[in-house]
Amino acid sequence: MRDHPTYPLLTPRGWLVFALVGLVLLAVPAANQWAATGSAAHLPDYLVPLIGKYCTYAMLALALDLIWGYAGILSLGHGAFFALGGYCMGMYMMRQIGTRGVYGNADLPDFMVFLNWKELPWYWQGFDMFWFAALMALVVPGILAFVVGWLTFRSRVTGVYLSIITQAMTFALLLAFFRNNMGFGGNNGLTDFKEILGFPIQAQTTRVGLYVASVIGLGLTFLICRAVVTSKLGRVCLALRDAESRVRFLGYSTTGAKLFVFTLSAVLAGLAGALYVPQVGIINPSEFSPANSIEIAIWVAVGGRGTLSGAVLGAFAVNWAKTWLTGAAPEVWLFFLGLLFVAVTLLFPKGVTGLVQQVRNRLATRAIPRQAEGD
Amino acid sequence: MKQSRVPRRGPERGGAGQPADAAPQSWIRRAAAGLVAISAFLLIHVSASAATLEDLLAKLATDSFAEKVEAAEALGSLGDGRAIPALRALTDGRLYARKDAGPVIEDGSVFRDALTRQPVAGLAAADLDKVRANNRLRGVLEGALSKLSLFSDVKAERLAAARDAFKVGSAEMATTLERALATEKDTDVAAAIRFSLTAAKISSGTPEQRVLSIRELAGSMDPQVRNLIAGVRNDASQPKEVKDAADTALAAMDRKLMLSGIAENLFQGISLGSVLLLAAVGLAITFGVMGVINMAHGEMIMLGAYTAYTVQLVCRALLPPEWVGSYLLLSVPIAFVVAGLVGVLIERTVIRFLYGRPLETLLSTWGISLILQQAVRSIFDAQNKEVANPEWMTGGFELIGGFYIAWNRLYIILFCFMVLGAIALVLRRTAFGLHMRAVTQNRDMAAAMGIPTARVDALTFGLGSGIAGMAGVALSQIGNVSPNLGQIYIVDSFLVVVFGGVGNLMGTLVGAMTLGVVNKLLEPVAGAVLGKVVVLVAIILFMQRRPRGLFALKGRSVDA
Amino acid sequence: MARPDIPGRLAGEPDPHLYLSGVTVSFDGFRALNALSLIIEKGELRTIIGPNGAGKTTMMDVITGKTRPDEGEVFFAGEHDLTQLDEAGIANLGIGRKFQRPTVFENLTVYENLELAVKTARGTFATLKGRLTGEMRDTIERLFDTIGLAARRHEQAGALSHGQKQWLEIGMLLGQDAQLLLLDEPVAGMTDHETAATAELILRLAKERTLVVVEHDMEFVRSLGAKVTVLHEGSVLAEGNIDQVQANQRVVEVYLGR
Repeated sequence: MRDHPTYPLLTPRGWLVFALVGLVLLAVPAANQWAATGSAAHLPDYLVPLIGKYCTYAMLALALDLIWGYAGILSLGHGAFFALGGYCMGMYMMRQIGTRGVYGNADLPDFMVFLNWKELPWYWQGFDMFWFAALMALVVPGILAFVVGWLTFRSRVTGVYLSIITQAMTFALLLAFFRNNMGFGGNNGLTDFKEILGFPIQAQTTRVGLYVASVIGLGLTFLICRAVVTSKLGRVCLALRDAESRVRFLGYSTTGAKLFVFTLSAVLAGLAGALYVPQVGIINPSEFSPANSIEIAIWVAVGGRGTLSGAVLGAFAVNWAKTWLTGAAPEVWLFFLGLLFVAVTLLFPKGVTGLVQQVRNRLATRAIPRQAEGD
Repeated sequence: MKQSRVPRRGPERGGAGQPADAAPQSWIRRAAAGLVAISAFLLIHVSASAATLEDLLAKLATDSFAEKVEAAEALGSLGDGRAIPALRALTDGRLYARKDAGPVIEDGSVFRDALTRQPVAGLAAADLDKVRANNRLRGVLEGALSKLSLFSDVKAERLAAARDAFKVGSAEMATTLERALATEKDTDVAAAIRFSLTAAKISSGTPEQRVLSIRELAGSMDPQVRNLIAGVRNDASQPKEVKDAADTALAAMDRKLMLSGIAENLFQGISLGSVLLLAAVGLAITFGVMGVINMAHGEMIMLGAYTAYTVQLVCRALLPPEWVGSYLLLSVPIAFVVAGLVGVLIERTVIRFLYGRPLETLLSTWGISLILQQAVRSIFDAQNKEVANPEWMTGGFELIGGFYIAWNRLYIILFCFMVLGAIALVLRRTAFGLHMRAVTQNRDMAAAMGIPTARVDALTFGLGSGIAGMAGVALSQIGNVSPNLGQIYIVDSFLVVVFGGVGNLMGTLVGAMTLGVVNKLLEPVAGAVLGKVVVLVAIILFMQRRPRGLFALKGRSVDA
Repeated sequence: MARPDIPGRLAGEPDPHLYLSGVTVSFDGFRALNALSLIIEKGELRTIIGPNGAGKTTMMDVITGKTRPDEGEVFFAGEHDLTQLDEAGIANLGIGRKFQRPTVFENLTVYENLELAVKTARGTFATLKGRLTGEMRDTIERLFDTIGLAARRHEQAGALSHGQKQWLEIGMLLGQDAQLLLLDEPVAGMTDHETAATAELILRLAKERTLVVVEHDMEFVRSLGAKVTVLHEGSVLAEGNIDQVQANQRVVEVYLGR
């Protein structure tokens, strides 16, 4: 009876599934690039950036699941971190346009020329270098999350109050980014990108490259989240979701634990945003809209909060349904999404993974009497 | 003798400047036409023996442009409003000379006597000769009309003329204004004339008059006055005492302007605050009593607004026109019932299964809000709908210089406080209110005492939603109605509730008013968007000090 | 850190383990604690009784840093000013608290509950890197020996009975290596059998630690046989052994409401 638990990063079976899913995802561009056009194995071009986009959404869902599913903090502002990461990458690609813009200004993006700006604002400096932009895509959301988190967790703002504050945060950013004189292209945002790291953004090979980067990013994000939730800190997070004061009376700094997870989660969301923008070719303030952030929560809830695989599954499933429905019957989409919110919270609080677990348990309990009969 | 049948003007027309016995007499007309015309031109005060209106009108219809000009100038100075139609007709090319009688005015299909305005029958085209105008005459006519409008029968015309006179500011205008003032009985017009007269004296009076006038006008808030006085201040040729007076006046005006600006912002802020309060108070009730975050609250507002729109359509179709304006009053209770019923429905079908799980409630009500938005978009369409202001809510009034109060804003503030008062009464004075407060304080104990908590929950949610519906009616009066109307207010409403402290009407009131006023006071300084961002950041920081809001109750319970 | 100047205590005499002086706490005008003074010696077992609203839980809140007193001094081991520390800081000094309602991590296993309690570096990054060492495993086994429940180690704590949760919670305080244990109604909701077992456990713990037990159950208080403090309206009404206290006229009045 003296056995002790172990907390592996992934079980052998887990690794197997992880590898299989990775292979399937990587097969998409292969089937697009190498299978003969017209053959059953050939995938059309548009699927590559589409599934690539889903991968970045899945990363975003993982980031939210980390903070909501494990630490019990429902952030309704994760879309903001995603968008900030995206803006950083967008700024890099804007700078890459150079003299190919409408106004042919080597330093200033078109919208700045249009606004009669004479020189690049200080916060646009350095974004002509990829490494700097990539770094900022992680650092900027991280810093914002750290500051907001420090202010709120320290004063023990919890539950719905915290949700509303994070919603207000993304709303404030939405309003701010709409302003032309913020210097981020106002209403139109950043678009008309030409190339990334010297590769033309429209070329299918570049898209495949970005796709592979997204799949790798997704795998990496999954493993990072997994490392956190299997660590002792992960158990502290689960514990503070159950009984926060008990965690404090055990001597843990709940502020520190939440702040770490929240900041990490924002950084991951920023990474997702940075991979998202080159694939969709535009970033504008609507990404900050509170509705977007709440939608992330439904991806996680559909898949099953508190399980990382559920978050990935939910992001893929809901977004696939969105793509399909908004194309087939656009007016139905909002009804569907609305019903999904109600149904998941009301009927399947543990999402698809919970449902699977339930079915498996029922099968198991049914199997036991049969075994007993057999004995 | 048509002239004898000219009806006597009302007493307001017969002042000292234009003696009552100046009534036209035909013998004098014929004898002294030329002389009178000249004297009327030279003398500003027309004496009893001066040219009569009838003579001048006849002269206006002559062939000679020089005479027409003279006549027009004389009519302008005569100060008799009865000349206006003829002068206007001449400007428009509708004045015709008649043989042996005064000119007539073409008015649609009939011709009227230029003086009596009576239709003249049996005129042959050959008898009539169109009076022509040239550019010089037109210029003179315009000047004459602008002076004469001060003596018009129509109050609005006199008022407009008195205000227009401000811009002229000549010595001659000052004299005309003085004359008009002497006969003016209407206080509004008199005030406007006095105002323009004072301004005219600043431009054309003696230095003493100027100083006095500047001091007199220092109380005004009119930007035109400010420009005028600033012009005097910057005019190097003005004597020093005039410039000093202008300086003092400008300082006083700026101070007053600033105060009125603040007053206006305050009013705007209170107006916005009351809108926020209406939007948030239902939320405060559902959140405070039931701990339910209702993300579909904004859609209850939207439903209320669409109810008002529908009631408006029905009223237009069914009610006699004079009753259509009542649709607004009608839609308040209907919106309350519609939104309230939808609220009860939501509570019974979804929310009651989610008590104690606030985050899940938040998500599912968000889903409901999406469904409601799309439903409204499908039933009506995505276009903005307009709910017209009834007559008694359009327009507004000027409280003090430049500080304008719109009726719809004022009514919404009043409505908001009436709603708040009604809620307070329901909470304090009714059995339902007592039950509700009992459930808020201790749900289990209330249930043990036999209070039907489930019914209280449903009704509470219905009440909160119904209030949102009424808020929607109010909002339909200050903007367009669209399916995403609720989304505009939901974030602000939450901030009000969070800021004010949950479950506390006073907190909600103070929260809403503070947010409204601060928002509006910041707007001129920081701009609308940045002001809003500042408020949001300020609230996030405020939550540092008071994580449970402004009016939160301190408790000693261990939140394990 | 100003050491308290304790009246009547000679130089060289050891400091009291817990020292409260003139502690006052008000909530919206209601005085939950009214100039409460209390001294607990090291190694002492003290029971605290009092009617509802006497300020027992608020006193616990003040000692554990959940509530800041408006006035008064609170010192631990003569040198730690508890009014200047937060809950985590106070817990790490070695003060453990059991809530009135058993509070364990219901979604973690019993084992994980204890694992989180066992004394280790508590910093966020130390926790992130924290591994289950052999030493920790031994400690956890010893805890299982003390509180039982070893057979249910891999079950979720939420599946335990009320009494078992109380024991698990006490086990967590022990794992924390708390030297001062504050137990708020440790036998509430327990069967007679469990109550007797708990009394035995508390007496065993009292041999090496300081314990403050708040309880309503007079039989249980009697079975502990320790010094009793009666709280009333936020201050100490009476102190002494159980018989003295029960004979005290004022205590009888307070309890019987005469």
